[in-house]
Amino acid sequence: MTGSLAATLAPQATALTTLPATGAAHAAWLLLAFPGFGALVLLLGGKRTNKWGHWLGVAMSLAAFGYGVALFVQLLGLPASKRGLDLRVFTWIPAIGRFAVPLGIRIDQLSICFVLLITGVGSLIHIYAVGYMAADPDRRRFFGYLNLFIASMLLLVIADNYLALYAGWEGVGLASYLLIGFWFYNPAPPVAAKKAFIANRVGDVGLSLAIMLMFAQFGSVSFDGVFSQVHSARPGTITAIGLLLLLGACGKSAQLPLQSWLLDAMEGPTPVSALIHAATMVTAGVYLIVRSAPIFNLSPDARLVVAIVGAATLLFGAVIGCAKDDIKKALAGSTMSQIGYMMLAAGLGPVGYALAIAHLLAHGFFKAGLFLGAGAVKHEMNDEVDMRRFGGLASAMKITFVTFGFGYLAIIGIPPFSGFFTKDPIIDAAFAKGGTSGAILGTAALIGAGITAFYMTRVMLMTFTGKRRWDDHAHPHEAPPIMTSPMVILAIGSLGAGAFLMLANRLIDFLAPVVGTPPLSHGFFSLISIASLVLVIAGAAVAWLIYGRRDVPVTAPRGSLVTGAARKDLYGDALNESLLMRPGSWMTRLSVYFDNQGIDGLVRSVAAAMGGSSGRIRKVQTGFVRSYALSMLIGAVLVIGALLLVKL
Amino acid sequence: MSNFPWLTVAGVVPLVGAIAIGLTPGQSAPGGPADRRARDLLVKRIALVFSVITLAITVAMAVQFKIGGPRFQFTQTYQWIPQFGVHYAVGVDGIALVLILMTTVLMPVVVLASWNDAEGAGNPVGSAPPRRSIKTYFILMLVLETMMIGVFAATDVFLFYVFFEAMLIPMYFMIGSYGVGQRQYAAVKFLLYSLLGGLLMLVAVIALYVYSTSGGRPGTFLFLPLTHLVLSATVQKWLFLGFFVAFAIKAPLWPFHTWLPDAATAAQPGAAVVLVGVLDKVGTFGMIRYCLDLFPSAAHYFTPLIIALSVIGVLYGAIVAIGQADLKRLVAYTSVSHMGLITLGIFAMTSQGQVGATLYMVNHGFATGALFLIAGFMISRRRSAQIADYGGVQKVAPVLAGLFLIAGLAGLALPGLSTFVSEFLVLVGTFTRYEAAAILATAGIILAAIYILWMYQRTMTGPVKPEVASMPDLKARELWAVGPLIALIIVLGVYPKPIIDVINPAVRATLVDAHSANPVPPHPVNNRFVVTGLSSATSSSTQNGSNP
Repeated sequence: MTGSLAATLAPQATALTTLPATGAAHAAWLLLAFPGFGALVLLLGGKRTNKWGHWLGVAMSLAAFGYGVALFVQLLGLPASKRGLDLRVFTWIPAIGRFAVPLGIRIDQLSICFVLLITGVGSLIHIYAVGYMAADPDRRRFFGYLNLFIASMLLLVIADNYLALYAGWEGVGLASYLLIGFWFYNPAPPVAAKKAFIANRVGDVGLSLAIMLMFAQFGSVSFDGVFSQVHSARPGTITAIGLLLLLGACGKSAQLPLQSWLLDAMEGPTPVSALIHAATMVTAGVYLIVRSAPIFNLSPDARLVVAIVGAATLLFGAVIGCAKDDIKKALAGSTMSQIGYMMLAAGLGPVGYALAIAHLLAHGFFKAGLFLGAGAVKHEMNDEVDMRRFGGLASAMKITFVTFGFGYLAIIGIPPFSGFFTKDPIIDAAFAKGGTSGAILGTAALIGAGITAFYMTRVMLMTFTGKRRWDDHAHPHEAPPIMTSPMVILAIGSLGAGAFLMLANRLIDFLAPVVGTPPLSHGFFSLISIASLVLVIAGAAVAWLIYGRRDVPVTAPRGSLVTGAARKDLYGDALNESLLMRPGSWMTRLSVYFDNQGIDGLVRSVAAAMGGSSGRIRKVQTGFVRSYALSMLIGAVLVIGALLLVKL
Repeated sequence: MSNFPWLTVAGVVPLVGAIAIGLTPGQSAPGGPADRRARDLLVKRIALVFSVITLAITVAMAVQFKIGGPRFQFTQTYQWIPQFGVHYAVGVDGIALVLILMTTVLMPVVVLASWNDAEGAGNPVGSAPPRRSIKTYFILMLVLETMMIGVFAATDVFLFYVFFEAMLIPMYFMIGSYGVGQRQYAAVKFLLYSLLGGLLMLVAVIALYVYSTSGGRPGTFLFLPLTHLVLSATVQKWLFLGFFVAFAIKAPLWPFHTWLPDAATAAQPGAAVVLVGVLDKVGTFGMIRYCLDLFPSAAHYFTPLIIALSVIGVLYGAIVAIGQADLKRLVAYTSVSHMGLITLGIFAMTSQGQVGATLYMVNHGFATGALFLIAGFMISRRRSAQIADYGGVQKVAPVLAGLFLIAGLAGLALPGLSTFVSEFLVLVGTFTRYEAAAILATAGIILAAIYILWMYQRTMTGPVKPEVASMPDLKARELWAVGPLIALIIVLGVYPKPIIDVINPAVRATLVDAHSANPVPPHPVNNRFVVTGLSSATSSSTQNGSNP
C-alpha cells in the first residue's frame, strides 16, 4: 500500500520545478536587502542613530512587506503550474567537484506564504515595539537585532537550496540568541540565550548531516536537484534523511526532545516572544518538513515519527501550559503545543501539509496577538508576569481585553474564529489516517483541544476577571495606540484568517502544486469537530469552576503530583541535567585533568625519546654512508644546545 | 613584470625592515626617557611600515596569479649547493599563495596590536618583565615574517626544511623572553617538541635525496621532480612518517598538541596569533603539499589512523576547551579542535575536504587571530587572563564585546562568517568517504557553541563586576588592528569565491598526485541541477571545478 502511495505521489510532488524569475521576482534579493540594510545601519551606526533608528527598523520591515505583496500579486497573475520562480543572486560557493551552492532565491506558493507572514506580522510587531521599548535606552540595538532576524528568516524561507536555508536557519538562531539575551546585564537572560542556542545546535547537527547525506547520495543540495532524484535512493536512506531533518526541526520548533529552551526564552522582551518564539522562527521546523515534502512522501516511517513527535509535544506543551503562573510561560507552553499540531499535520503527509501551513498562518496571527496582549499587561503592571498577581484587568484595559479575547477564542477553536477552521481539520485528518496509529494520534489531538481550552480559559480568567490581586504600585490603564493598533489588526486576523484560508479551499488549492492535493474533507461540522467542540466547552467549564467561580489565591497551592511536574516543565530540564549536563561536566573535568597531568609526563617522555631516537637515527644514517648527513644532524643538535643555553 | 622576483622581494622586505630597526640607536644611546620613548616609537613605525609594504607586494603579486595557469607561478630556481642538488627554488601554487597572503595580512595587524606588548605594560599582575628590548621584539617579528613567507614559497624540499627549522628561533625568543607566566618552560617545551619533529623530518629529507640519486641520476631536492620519484611501499611509509610526525607536532594533531596551550598562553597575544595563526598552518600545509604529493600510497595507508586522530582531536580539543579557566588557554584548545578539522579535510582525499581544509587554514588564521587579539586587549586592561575575573564587560565596552562576539561566532562557524564555508566543506567532503568520522566531527559544532557562548556569557554579560567597571572601550589603534580581520571574516563568509577559485586547481593537482578522486554519488542528479535550478543550467558547464 505504501509503495503505491509513493508511486502516485512522487511524480506529482516533483512536477513543479522552478522557472527563471521574471517581473518583480527579478529583484527578489531586495527582500533580504531591506532588513539587512536596516540591521547594518543600526548596529554599526551606534548612538548616532538612536533618535530615528527604530523608525528605520520599522520602515525596512514595511518595505520588505510591500515588496512581498508585489511578489504575491505577480504569482497570482501566473498560471498555477508556473508559480515557482528561481533567482540566482550570486555564487556563494563555486563548484568544488560537484559541490556548488549559489545564493539562490525561490519564490513559490509556499515561500510567499511565509514571506507575507514574516514581514506582515513582523512589521506589526516592529510598530508595537516602538511603544513597548520606548523607555529602553538600547531601543536602537533592539531594532537592529529585529531587522537582522527578519533578514535571516526571509533567507530561510526563500532559499532555493538546503545550504542557504541552513544559513538562514542559523541566522535566526543568532538573532534569537541576541534577543533573548537582550537585557544581558541581568543574570538570567544570557543563560537562557545560551541554552536556546545550544539546544538549537543539537538540532542543527541533524540538519547539517541531512544536507551531507543528500550531497553524498545525489551530488546536489538544491531543492530541485534533490527532489528530482530522491525517488531513486534506497528507502532506508530516504528515512534517514527524513529523520535527520526532523531532528533539525525539533531543535528550531521546540519539539520533544529538544523543547526545553523555549520556556526559558521568555526572558527576552515580549515583542521578541511574539515574533520569534511564537509567530515565525519556531515554526521554521514545520516549514522544513513541508518544504521537504518530496522526501517525506517517500518515507512513511519518517512521516510517522514526525506525527508522533507532534502528537506527544502537543500534549506535553498543553500540560505545561496548565500549570504555569507566569503568563508568558503559559503562552510558551501553548506555542509548543500548537506547533505540535502543525507537526502532526505535516506528519500525515500530503493530506496534512496544507493543513499544517494553514494552522501555522492562523497561529501566527492569534499567538502574536496573545503575546502582544500579555506584553501590554506586563508593561502596565511594572513588569509583573505572575497571573496570580493580576485579576480584574478587563475594565482597566478594555482594548487589550477584547483583542486578547479574540486570540483566546481563536486558539481554543470556537467558530467562526481562526482555530476552529485550522485545528479541527488536523484532528479530522489524524483520525482519517486510519488504523491504530490514526486512532491514537487523533485521540491525542482531540484531548489536546480540551486541555488547550482549559489552560487558555485559565489564563483569561486569572488575568482579566475576578478580584484585583495587584498591589498599590500598579496603575494599569490602556497601552498607547502605537501598541494597541497592531493588537487590533492581529485580533481581526484571529477572527478572519482561518475562515479566509480554509473556506473554498483557498489555501489548499493555492499550495497544491508544491505540496500535493489532499482528498476532499468532509466539511467543517463533522462528528469529530463536534466532539472537539464538546471537549473545548468541557475544558473551559472546568477552568471556570476552578479559577472563575472561586477567588484565585495569590500564592500557588501545592497542587497534585501532576501539577508539580508540569510546573517543572515535566522534568525536561531535570532530564537534560542528569543525562547530559552532569556527565558532560564530569567528562570535561576528567579531560582537563588528563591533559594537564599528561603534560609533564609527555615532556619527560619526549626528552627521553630524543636521546634514544637520535642514536637510532645515526645508525640509519651510517647505513647510507653520507657523511654530510651526520654533519647536518650534529649541526642541528648544536643549534638546539645553543638555543637552550642562551638565557631567556 | 612577469619575471619580477615577487616572492624573493616579498621575503626580503621584512628582513630589510629588521636590519633598519637594528640600525636605530639602542637602549644604551644617550638621552632621557622622552628620547627613549621616541626611539621605541620609531622602531614600531618601521616595523609597521615594512609589514604594510610586504602586504602590498604580496597583494600586487596575487592579482597577477593566473587561475588555470601553471601549477607553480612566480617561480625562480637558482643552484645553491650544487654538490647535493640543493636549490634556492621558490614558487607558489594556489594553496601557498593564499597562505602567504594570510601571513602578510596578519603581520601588520599583529604589529599594530602588539604596540605595547614588548614593554610588558599590560601583562597580568605578577608577571616577570621582558628580558630583552623592544627593538629586539620587532626585529624578531620581521625576521619571522621572512621565514614564514619562505616556508610557504619554497619549492625545494631542503630549502623548505631550512625555513621550517629556522622559524623556531625567533618564536622561541618571542615566547621565552617576552611572555607571561611560565614562559621559559613553555618556550623550551615548544622548542623540544618542534625539534624532535624537525629531526625526524631531516632524516626523511636526506633519505629522499639519496633515493633521488638511484639509478645514477643526479640527486635533487626540487619538489616537482621528487613527485615523480618511484619509491617502494616500505620506504614511502617510513619517509611519510618522518615528514608527517614533524607536521603533526607543528599543526598540532592530537596527541602531539600539549605544547600548544602552554606556548600560546605564555606568549604575548600578538605572538600567539603568529604561533597559532601561521606557524600551525605550516604543519597542515606540509601535510597537503609534501605528505600527499611525495608519498601517495603511504598517505592512503595511514589515512584511517590520521582520520581517527583528527576526529579525536576535534572532540577532545573542544571538550578540554570548555573546561578552561584562562582566556588564551581556552582559545588555544579551540585551535586544537579546529586543526583536527583541517587534517580531517586533508586526509578525506576529496576536493571538498581539501579545498575546505585550505580555506580553513586561512579563515582560522583570521578568526583565531581576532579572538586572541581581543582577548589580549581585555587582558591588558584588567591585568588578568582569568575568565572568572571578568563579567558584564559588554555594558562598559560594547564595541570590544561586539567584535569579540563576532570573532567568537566565527569560532563556532556561524554561517555568514568565513569559517562556516570551510568547516562545512571539510565535513561534507569527509562525509562522502568516511561517514562515521564526519558524523562524530559534526557533533563538535555543539561543543563549539558551548565553549564560545559560555566564555562570552561569563566575561561579557551579567552584572558589571566592580573591577571592570572602569574598563575603557577599544582605542583607535586597537580598532584599526582588529577591524580588518573582522571585516575579512564577514566578507569571506559571504563571498569566498575568489579564494576558492585560487585554491581549486591546486587541490586538483594534489589529488591527481595522491591518486585520489571524489566518490561518485550513487544517484547523481541530472547535470542541470548540479548548480541549482534551471536559471543556472548554462553556467554549470562552464564551472571549472567539475572533478568527477
